[in-house]
Amino acid sequence: MEAKENRERTDSLSESLKKPLPKILRAERRGRVLTYVSSWVLILILFSLIMFITSKGSSTFLDGEVQLANFFSTTWNPGEYQFGALSFILGSLIVSVCAALVSAPLGIGAAIFMTEIAPNWGRKILQPATEILVGIPSVVYGFIGLSVIVPFIRENVGGLGFGLLAGIIVLSIMILPTIVSVSVDTLQAVPNHIRQGSIALGATRWQTISRLLIRTSLPGLMTGVVLGMARAFGEALAVQMVIGNAPNLPFQLLEPMSTLTSVITLNMGNTVQGSAYQDVLWSMALVLLLMTLLFIVLIRWMTKRSDLSS
Amino acid sequence: MFRKGLVLGGVAALLLTVLTGCGKADSSQNADQKLSGNLTAVGSSAMQPVIEESAKEFMAKNPGVQVTVQGGGSGQGLTAAMNDTADIGNSDVFAEEKDKIDPQKVVDHKVFVVGMAPVAHKGVGIDNLTQQQLIDIFTGKVTNWKEVGGADQQIVLVNRPESSGTRATFVKWALNDSKELRKDGGLEEESSGNVRKIVSETPGAIGYLAFSYFDESIKPLKLDGVEPTNENVYTNKWKVWAYQHMYTNKNGKNKELEDAFINYILSPEVQKGLVIKLGYIPVSEMKVERDATGNVAQK
Repeated sequence: MEAKENRERTDSLSESLKKPLPKILRAERRGRVLTYVSSWVLILILFSLIMFITSKGSSTFLDGEVQLANFFSTTWNPGEYQFGALSFILGSLIVSVCAALVSAPLGIGAAIFMTEIAPNWGRKILQPATEILVGIPSVVYGFIGLSVIVPFIRENVGGLGFGLLAGIIVLSIMILPTIVSVSVDTLQAVPNHIRQGSIALGATRWQTISRLLIRTSLPGLMTGVVLGMARAFGEALAVQMVIGNAPNLPFQLLEPMSTLTSVITLNMGNTVQGSAYQDVLWSMALVLLLMTLLFIVLIRWMTKRSDLSS
Repeated sequence: MFRKGLVLGGVAALLLTVLTGCGKADSSQNADQKLSGNLTAVGSSAMQPVIEESAKEFMAKNPGVQVTVQGGGSGQGLTAAMNDTADIGNSDVFAEEKDKIDPQKVVDHKVFVVGMAPVAHKGVGIDNLTQQQLIDIFTGKVTNWKEVGGADQQIVLVNRPESSGTRATFVKWALNDSKELRKDGGLEEESSGNVRKIVSETPGAIGYLAFSYFDESIKPLKLDGVEPTNENVYTNKWKVWAYQHMYTNKNGKNKELEDAFINYILSPEVQKGLVIKLGYIPVSEMKVERDATGNVAQK
């Protein structure tokens, strides 16, 4: 009699344990709906952006207003329907690649210092320093470039001061924190037994760093560099203030030049919706978008490789 | 919505009674207008200071009216007026001069005038150019100031973007539509403020600015001996000037408010006050008239 009652009680207990409380169920459902909605909104925004820019940017050519050959030439003369954007595309590419080349050794060096040489006090100083660099608005970078770097180049190097060199300097400072923070994360992820093994074999600290750490974390470091390059590529305001904005091919350090972003910001407000001039600006935006997508594909590919190696 | 309107109207009526109570001459004029509603003006950033200041005063005079002034450029102003996305589109060029704008859809109101002049770095050693010399400089035929009688100093051109309204006026009236040189040693700046900064700092630089941007740091150049002053613009002796337009859509939506605001800007109070104070030229003082194709007639 008593045993039966006992069994009944455990039965109902196990039943109720199997079935969660309706309150908990509701909370679960709410949580799921919330996350689903957020991710779908995000995907929707991204897709509509891509759709919008693609349709706007490609209509220039589909309407036959401007030929592709015209767009990919170097003659920029909108008054006479010559919309050659090649020097701007090259300008964007060259200024961001050069900025990354300047910034990469500096950033990776600082990251090595922070993780390997002086993990305690080095980190304490450099971490907030890079965070502050991230926080400075780009217009401030541009203004400092215009007021300090441009006159400095004009007086000490030559030329007008405006041009590729000033752009590279401003951009390389701007992308430094991106490279530093990604590199720090990568270097910290290198397992400690690699360091210990190397030291046990009698390698010096620099040998360990240069032959093991950098080599094992190379894909991660390169990801940081490409991320920085992508940021430099999309930067408009600071660059526009210091590069001079003349439609020259960007092959001379001290000559004024243009980038895609600077041409778009300079002309967007003054052109009329639907005119060939503004459509060409949309096409440039499309080129920017495609290049950014390319950078992201590159980063994905590199991080995948780094997963394999570890 | 309805209740809000009532409250706004009540406030307006209250303020008006206070105003009439004061017994000023212009308050009785306001009393029979009783304007209320919203008005947006979008476009030319060159015009923005005047429009913004007069909007402030207009709102103070007509409580219940909310005027929003935005920049964005002449192209956006014209587009907004044509598509009726804003009540007023500010533009420093004629609608006829812009591609893809249908002048039939908009009404032109010329509200004031802006004069423009070539400006140079202080160290160039001259203060007068003939128009031919100016054209030679901007087309790249002359590359050193000594060739036009100045110091031995390389010339640096500071342009505005191809789509800029200031540039359009300058090329048309100062350069006689000659194509200015853009490559090799030329700079291009987005705003007049930046042009002034760069011309003042770069040795040998020449650019062009509206009169309202003149200050001690740069040197405005005479053209064929004519000085860039308001008086010379009145008589068209100084040719490089442009009307500043406020375009409205022909459909007449919000017309009462649009007309009231535009008439306020055209009133002597603003023309003789704000417009001159901010460095522009009152349209009421102009002795000549110019149309979209550039024909000049005595008024």
